[in-house]
Parts: sequence; C-alpha cells; structure tokens
Amino acid sequence: MSRRSLQNIAIVLLIAVVWPVARQIQQRFANESAPEAVESRTVVREVALLNVSYDPTRELWQAVNAKFVTKYESETGVKLTIKQSHAASGSQARAIADGLEADVATLSLWPDLDLLRKKALIKAGWEDEFPNGSVPYFSTVVFVVRKGNPKGIHDWADLGKPDTSIITPSPKTSGNGRLALLGAWGSVVLQGGSEENAREFVTRIYRNVPVLDTGARGATVTFSQKGIGDVHLAVESEARLEVRESNGELELVYPTKSIRHDPPVAIVDAVVERRGTQDVAKSYLDYLYTPEGQVVIAEHDFRPLDAEVLTKFADRFPKVELFTVEDIGPNWDAVQKKFFAEGALFDSIYQEIHRSDSAK
Amino acid sequence: MMPQKSTVASSTARHAASREDPVWVRVLLIGLAFLVIGVLIVIPVANVFYQAFRGGAGVYWKNLVSDPDTRHSIFLTLTVAPVAVALNVVFGVAAAWLITRFKFPGRTFLTTLLDLPFAISPVVAGLMFMLMFGLQGYMGPWLRDHGIKIVFAYPGLVLVTAFVTMPFIARELIPVMDAIGSDEEIAAVSLGANGWQTFWRITIPNIKWGLLYGVILCNARAMGEFGAVHVVSGHISGQTDTMPLRVEKLFQEYNNPGSFAVASVLTALAIVTLFLKIWLEHKTSHELAEARDVGVT
Repeated sequence: MSRRSLQNIAIVLLIAVVWPVARQIQQRFANESAPEAVESRTVVREVALLNVSYDPTRELWQAVNAKFVTKYESETGVKLTIKQSHAASGSQARAIADGLEADVATLSLWPDLDLLRKKALIKAGWEDEFPNGSVPYFSTVVFVVRKGNPKGIHDWADLGKPDTSIITPSPKTSGNGRLALLGAWGSVVLQGGSEENAREFVTRIYRNVPVLDTGARGATVTFSQKGIGDVHLAVESEARLEVRESNGELELVYPTKSIRHDPPVAIVDAVVERRGTQDVAKSYLDYLYTPEGQVVIAEHDFRPLDAEVLTKFADRFPKVELFTVEDIGPNWDAVQKKFFAEGALFDSIYQEIHRSDSAK
Repeated sequence: MMPQKSTVASSTARHAASREDPVWVRVLLIGLAFLVIGVLIVIPVANVFYQAFRGGAGVYWKNLVSDPDTRHSIFLTLTVAPVAVALNVVFGVAAAWLITRFKFPGRTFLTTLLDLPFAISPVVAGLMFMLMFGLQGYMGPWLRDHGIKIVFAYPGLVLVTAFVTMPFIARELIPVMDAIGSDEEIAAVSLGANGWQTFWRITIPNIKWGLLYGVILCNARAMGEFGAVHVVSGHISGQTDTMPLRVEKLFQEYNNPGSFAVASVLTALAIVTLFLKIWLEHKTSHELAEARDVGVT
C-alpha cells in the first residue's frame, strides 16, 4: 500500500474518532449555555449573577448560592445561576475596576469597596443601601498553631518571640493581611504602648514572615499543606476551616483582644444597570440579613449579626474583646493611607527589613 | 597463529578499556542520572496519578465529570488551546515565509521580536493585555460601550495564550524553510504556478512535518499556560477557569482528589504530546534519510 493511501486511511480514522466526540462536547455545551432552548415552555426567563468576593468566603458563598437560588427560583420562576470569583480582596477590587463584570462585590475591607466608588462603578452612599453599614456579618483575626502549641503562643505579644516563624498574607493585596497587621498594631497602642513600640513590634513580626502570599487562601495552603511556619494569623472562619481540615494537626488560639473584621457588600451599580440585574442583586444581598441567611453565615464560622443566631452558635464563637479599625485611626481612609498606601508604613517597614537583612 | 590472534584481541580490549572510564565510575554516573530523573520527574509524575486514583477509578471519574465547574474547565482548555494554536499556525507560517523568502530592512529585528514572548514573563504578558483591554486601559471603555468583552472572557484567554505560545511555530519553521531553500518554489513560479498554487503544492508539503512539530509543542504549552491566563481570567468558576487554574482552585479548596484528578488529565495530555513528538522525530529523520538517499542516487 502506498504511503499516500495509508495517510488517507489515517485521516478518515481520525475524523471518525474526533467527530462524534466533538459533537458530544458541542451538544453538552449547547445544553449548558442555553437551557431556555430546551425548557422554553416552563421557564420564563433566566438570569446570571456574578459575585466577586475575597478568599475565605468560597465555601460560604457556595452554600448561600445553593439556598438562595432554590428560594429565588421557586418564588419567581426565573432560572438563576450565580457564578463566583475569589482572590485577595485588594486584587478583586482591582479586577472589578479593570472590567470584571461583578453584579455584586462582597469584599473583605471597606477601602476595597470604596475604591469602586472612586472609580464611579458604585454610587456614593453605598454603605447605607443595606443594614449595619452594608456589613452583613463580622469576624476577627485569630491564631492557628501546630499541635500542642510547641512555641507557646497565647497572645499577640508572643508573636515577637525569637525563632517564631509567622504566616500571614500580604497587606498590600489581602484583607486578612491588612487586618493581621492592624491587629498587631492595636495590641500595642491600645494597651498603652507608643506608636514607636508598635512599629518595632510589627517590624519584628514581618521579619519572621518567610512567605507573604497574595491572598488569605494561599497563606492557609502555605501553613497547613506545605507545613511552613509556627503560627498563622488568619481570619476566624479561615482558621476554623483550616483546623477542621487538619485531622488534629493544628490548633486554634484565641488572643484576648483582636481586631474586628467588618466585610462589606455592595451592588456594582454600573454593571447591574447595564445588565438589568438590579432587582435580583438586591434580593440576593438582602437574603444575607434574613435569619436563614444568618444561619448559613454562622455555619461557615462567620459571626452573624442576628443575636438569636449568634446565641445558637455561641460555642463556635468564643468571646474575644474586639477593637475596630476606627480605634486605631480616625477612619479607614486615614488608616489605609497611613499604613498601606505606596511608600507608607508597611512599605517602609519592609524596606527596613530588607536593608538590615542584606547588611547582615 | 592462535596465540598471535589472541594477543591482538586482548590488545584491542586493552585499548578499549583505556578509552573507557572504570566500571564503578560508569555505574555511579548512570545511577546518578537515573536517580535525578527518578526523583525530579518520574516520582512526582507518578504521584500525580497515584493521588488522583487513590479512591479508585470510580471516584476518579466522578471527580472529573460530576462537578460542572471542573467539566467546564476541561472543555474550556480544549477550546482555548486549539484556537490559539490555529491563530499561531496562520501567523507562524506567514512570519516564517516573510523572514526566509524576502530580504528587507528590519528583517533581523523582526526575527528578534518573534522571540519576545519567550523572554517576557507570562504574568507581564497578561498585564500588558489588561492595560490594553481592561476598563482602566486604553481600549476598555470603548469596548464596553460596544458590548465587546475581551479580558475576563474567552477572547482574552485565547489572546494571551496565543501571545505566550507565538514563537513556537515560527521558530520551528524558519530553520526548515531556510534549509529547504526557495529553488522548488522558483521552479514552480517559472512554470506558471500562481502564489496559492506554489504555497499549497510546494511549500506546505515541504514544511508539513516541521509545522506539525511546532503545532504539537505549541499546543502542549497552550494547554498548560497558567501565569498569563491567571491575570486575565477573573477566576470565575465554570466560566473562565481553565484546567491549570482549576487545579489550583481545587487544591486551595481542600479538594485534593479533585485537584489531582484534573492534574492527571493535564499530565496525560503532556505524555501524549511527548509520544507524538517522539513519533514525529522518528518519522522526520526517516523521511530526511530517504530524501538524502534519493539525492545520492
């Protein structure tokens, strides 16, 4: 047989194999992207929402979405799909500003959402759109240590011990990272320490951070799965999840005082107006404040606002004296500027660490 | 006679022995090579499959197909990579043609530019597209007003993937086309063939194996691309997460079996690529030898 005819046979065979597979894929895709074509008689309309959120809320939103979608579809008859995107809070704010079409932004810190207001994507006064300053739940920063707490870490001051390796994400991108720094700062200045003492303490901490991950989940993986570091400064929900998944290898440590984490939510007006999703976005975020929504929140280790739900889940949330960002600086804008802006406190601390490291 | 012969034989053996290293050195070096390859390549690759199949084939299959987001990521990679490769085939052939068949000022500069995507970090490549097409970039507002989505959507994924893998095909074709030379094409033109005829009947048959080789390498890199895609994807589960991104996400969500299942598919694709590459190398060397024989006789 000549080579040419062999080639022709090979091509025919290839087509015979590839064609059905391609058709299968195409059909599956058609079904996924356009279900109304199949069920046009039963479903009136379909809507899709994109929720752009921060790192530790992946599991929370999966649960909330499942519940809310069922509820919404049964009440309105509209088919709803909610997509999620997760990364460090600061990076996500930047992505939305770059054009990521989020219908709702549920970020970790106030300045990240307010950046979207500055970019004219969210209307001024977004804090008043939902109850409690558009903050549907709260949390705090706690410590995760290795089994048996070999380094004896019980409170913030213990983080300054020599040879204590600390894992926390980068304050430049991550909400968790910024809160950890502010928590350490507050633990000094709110107990009578001077700003100089606080700066020295924070410098000591960051000198002992071997890896600065960009996001909270990355830091969790570094600490729990890669086994780097002696203590992980994590948001409470992230810490509890990490300890649960560790099969007894990790332990939680609650400091006596810590910083209050108030993650805000907002409708991204510029996007919902163009996509016509205002109403569904509004009821989606409203759902977080219902008793049902608050229970899902508590089940995922975020502290609910609802006093009844909080009491019901009290064993999950040990009492910690919480101070706020406002206790450290007059407001978030000032704190952001003083600590995290380009060339501000964190940058100068980091440069100092690098200088002294290279001088050694 | 006999003794003499044996001295000759033993002296050749001595010569051979003096040219070779002692046995223990050879064993040590070969052993070391196997050890390094084993530790750095074989064990990690085998571990991917071990982790993926830990719960049995049934669990493995379920991890791959039961999660719609994972299913979508496989589908997305299998649609992004071929489109990026197709773009690069057109571009690569055109660029190689231009560079090997024409002399013009700036030709060397163009050849250098072709390598730029190799030199630029994929993350930077992603950011470049973000600065071009992002809402805060040069074209972002215009694109939004006209309802065109590039970054955080399928076109963006294809664009960055095509950018990062751009040099593969052109780089593969330029030496091939240089070696073949333009004699056959000139002969075709002198016999009255037009441009397309020359291209389809002379150029393409001449470069087909080199082209296929480039396509295979390009496709392997396109499917595995992480950095640039990471920047422009927006990480929307079930929408813009390609397989490498999905692997990371599942790993971060404590779903190790799922993560390794997807990783094993990527690894399997890489192994298939490797075999295709070996087959093709064998095939082309065979063909080249044949062509040489024909030339000699």
